[in-house]
Amino acid sequence: MADLTSASIPPIGPDDHVRGEGEGLVVYADLGCPHCAAEWQRLHERAGRLVFRHFPIASKRPRSPALHAAAEAAGRQGRFFEMVDSLYADRGRVDDPHLWQRAEALGLDLERFEADRRSTAVEARVRRDFESGIRAGVSGTPALFEECGHLSTGPCVQASDRAPGRRVD
Amino acid sequence: MIAVGEQAPDFTLRDQDGEKVSLSDYRGRKVMLVFYPGDFSPVCGDQLSIYQEVKPQIAEQGVELVGVSVDSFFVHRAFRETLGIDTVLLSDFEPKGEVARAYGAYFEKLGFAHRALVLVDEDGKVAWTHQSPSDDEIPGANLIFDAIG
Repeated sequence: MADLTSASIPPIGPDDHVRGEGEGLVVYADLGCPHCAAEWQRLHERAGRLVFRHFPIASKRPRSPALHAAAEAAGRQGRFFEMVDSLYADRGRVDDPHLWQRAEALGLDLERFEADRRSTAVEARVRRDFESGIRAGVSGTPALFEECGHLSTGPCVQASDRAPGRRVD
Repeated sequence: MIAVGEQAPDFTLRDQDGEKVSLSDYRGRKVMLVFYPGDFSPVCGDQLSIYQEVKPQIAEQGVELVGVSVDSFFVHRAFRETLGIDTVLLSDFEPKGEVARAYGAYFEKLGFAHRALVLVDEDGKVAWTHQSPSDDEIPGANLIFDAIG
């Protein structure tokens, strides 16, 4: 059984989704969330390193798990952020045929994309991020944390015992 | 808030389907009472949505999650359907806020419950409480797991 007790957000790891260089922000986001889409535009205009972590809230947005799986599957072909950009830029088209169109537009191997997005490995990868967000007290999206330290240097500073991580939103 | 170790005041309220539910119905099991200000407020919706995502893990630890607010059971039913959640929601509607008052979680000035969590153990005693510093602040689900783990 997963441990969901309080913990700081995990340090940036080699399989995190990272874009940019410099001072970092870690964002826990839901690809079906309109507030996240707006925040995504704002984050685009900001210099620095951005780490994307999955936080789909399925009960609230039933298509979110499929969107996160699609992004993760695109990531397996090196196009994670391109898929995220695509999903946030055009939020009205989220059914399977739309996902196939997006994958095609990004030049993905469709057969592999389809297998990956339905795989248990992708599901587990998304769930891992989600659970780390739960442990850090994420209770809505988007949730932003300062990146404290560099790769593999340990957990982020705890702002308080009750709310691990230094949330900046 | 009610003190840890006290006997949790028993109550009988209607759930989202209009059925009467008593705290004593849960005797022998742990219950996490989730007091919240009101259905259809943005913060309350986020809170119950997040808890829904980890409800199976809460259940695995033998804990029932039960929401309580002053809304009528008709509103609770609509709220559950809108959120897509299956958490039991109890209506502390008449006399308004009586249960929240008994647990020290009622906000007299505004007429609704504070955002508070109360863990009741198998024997009906208060095992843990938490009240948000602000009613706009959602207690993360991690706090629930800290309390029941």
